[in-house]
Amino acid sequence: MKFKKLLAGTGIALALATGAFAQDKTTVGFVYVGPVGDGGWTYEHDKGRQAVEAHFGDAVETVFVESVPEGPDAERVITQMALQGADLIFTTSFGYMDATINVAERFPDVKFEHATGYKTADNVAIYNARFYEGRAIQGHIAGQMTQSNIVGYIGSYPIPEVIQGINSAFIHAREVNPDVEFRVVWAYTWFDPAKEAEAATVLIEQGADVILQHTDSTAPQAAAQAAGNVVTFGQASDMSEFAPFPRVSSIIDDWAPYYVARTQAVIDGTWESSDTWDGIPQGMVSIGEITEAVPAEVKASAEAMIEAIRAGEYHPFTGPLNRQDGSVWLAEGETASDGDLLGMNFYVEGLTGDIPQ
Amino acid sequence: MIRLEKRTAPSRFWTYAAPLLAVVLTMVCGALLFAALGKDPFETIRTIFWDPLFSEFSWYYRPQLLIKAAPLVLIAIGLSFGFRAGVWNIGAEGQYILGAICGAAVGLAFYPTESPFIFPLMVMAGALGGWAWAMIPGFLRVRFGTNEILVSLMLVYVAQSLLASMALGALRNPDASGFPGSRNLARYPSATSWINESAGLHWGVVFALIAVIFAYITLSRHIFGFHVRLSGQSPRAARFAGVNPGLLVLICMAISGALAGLAGLFEVAGPSGLISIDFNAGYGFTAIIVAFLGRLHPVGILLAAGLMALTYIGGEIAQSNLRLPAAAIQVLQGMLLFFLLAVDVLTHYRIRLTARGVA
Repeated sequence: MKFKKLLAGTGIALALATGAFAQDKTTVGFVYVGPVGDGGWTYEHDKGRQAVEAHFGDAVETVFVESVPEGPDAERVITQMALQGADLIFTTSFGYMDATINVAERFPDVKFEHATGYKTADNVAIYNARFYEGRAIQGHIAGQMTQSNIVGYIGSYPIPEVIQGINSAFIHAREVNPDVEFRVVWAYTWFDPAKEAEAATVLIEQGADVILQHTDSTAPQAAAQAAGNVVTFGQASDMSEFAPFPRVSSIIDDWAPYYVARTQAVIDGTWESSDTWDGIPQGMVSIGEITEAVPAEVKASAEAMIEAIRAGEYHPFTGPLNRQDGSVWLAEGETASDGDLLGMNFYVEGLTGDIPQ
Repeated sequence: MIRLEKRTAPSRFWTYAAPLLAVVLTMVCGALLFAALGKDPFETIRTIFWDPLFSEFSWYYRPQLLIKAAPLVLIAIGLSFGFRAGVWNIGAEGQYILGAICGAAVGLAFYPTESPFIFPLMVMAGALGGWAWAMIPGFLRVRFGTNEILVSLMLVYVAQSLLASMALGALRNPDASGFPGSRNLARYPSATSWINESAGLHWGVVFALIAVIFAYITLSRHIFGFHVRLSGQSPRAARFAGVNPGLLVLICMAISGALAGLAGLFEVAGPSGLISIDFNAGYGFTAIIVAFLGRLHPVGILLAAGLMALTYIGGEIAQSNLRLPAAAIQVLQGMLLFFLLAVDVLTHYRIRLTARGVA
């Protein structure tokens, strides 16, 4: 008797709970390529998710799945979220592009937001940050910090976003140090601490005393710390646990304002498909504290460059700039168009090596 | 005092009961783990093992189980031949990649022509690609006595680099403005492996079932199956029975390579759709677990692949609905193999309780 009552009670409570879940709350889903504890890319997206929860309180429920491989698994995870009643889903890696578009076709009432891709639909918006602005600052500091004149760069995948970063960092390193050279290693992963550490070690053995990374974990920082005299920069997140040395500064992605604004738009019913590409001026990209390991005059000029970018006075890709083969890309005073940057598949003049083809 | 006593022959009862006991033990320990993480253990176990099959949205999850299990079955069936004969092909992942590359290359070469001959050609190319990649460690072992475990494993990394260079170069979609990845084969009617996408049915599922039947008959009824089993149990006796050990190695590698290549081809032409830099999602390695979980028996492999697929899909549901960390699911999958190997003791040994220790 008692047991039956108890069962019935739980049943009702469950029904109420799921009912409330389905009707009142706006549900926002996040699909992550790495674990939330990666300390970099996914960690920052998850901070954005937490900001959405903190901002809306009980009005919004967030769900997430971490370490989702890019490919068919991503499509299933996104579908699952849509089925379970998500109203808005953020897919936070380039490789989720086709999966996001496919699922969006089947769920016209659900809104999707894909990070760093280029395919949109009526219910798919895209958003990205101008990481190359931060790379300019990194290059500026790196060019002056290197003693060996060799800067190591851990590339993830040879896609335009990553090539923009390499070019931007290189241009600004060369500007302050005509002898500097870049060595690029392709890791073909966004997150794999073992591979990243290996890449960093290889670069250090080749004489690099500054390591820049476009991968998500803190493994290269740890490798640099172990090597002793190697400078690094935090990637995607501040990575301040490695400050003041080897980490002398960082590029921080701040997705929180965007996530809150887009969630609000869904609640208000004003959400529309859009293409957002924000940088330092809008606050989507910020530069982490430049530590005392950097000489004061270098720090001052780096900060001046940040301000110039923030004020819209300086574009990191300003001519004269030539392509690696010596052909002219940008004439004196000309700045790169967004279209050029989004399809960037060439190195600028002075970089050695080839982009993998 | 507990004592282990070797059985003269493996227990028939425990051969079948051990996997079930391992599953039950995994559920119990998994539940304890989830409880320690502050989740309701019953709800979590139900979400992982029950919801994909019988919940409100099972109409979507059931086809997904087929999609996830099909490549595991195909690869594991191929591996089971070698594993029974003592030929350790650990590099199915690489053969899977090569099958996908070769098959996709044939399909893309015909783009955008439509013809009923394209897909069969792709299937052949996929099988050949996987076969050729497996022949490298096979040949090196037979000719030079190298260790096929190391060679096949190392070739996985070579295959991954080849995959990356294909996605960035030869097979890159010319219409994608510099982004890596090939055209989507699933959207190319003559090249797609889908039969019915919403039902989760593609040619890989069909071939997986055929492979199970084929393997069952070969292993239990055919002289080749006898030779395979004999070589694994007693290589010396096998030689007296007229088995050519080198040829057996090559045939086992050929079967596993070709099946892994087929799995890759069906995946790239269907669920995945395109050759991308990280197209491979670890099926080749997971299939090793599946092969052992299924006791290297074709029907067992079928069930084991279903169970693995269930933990993947249920695990994802548990992540998004119950906020279970991804690592907890991986621990659960690890437990499954661990308990299976542990429980295996019962198959080969008898547990005796003795009243007093013998001095």
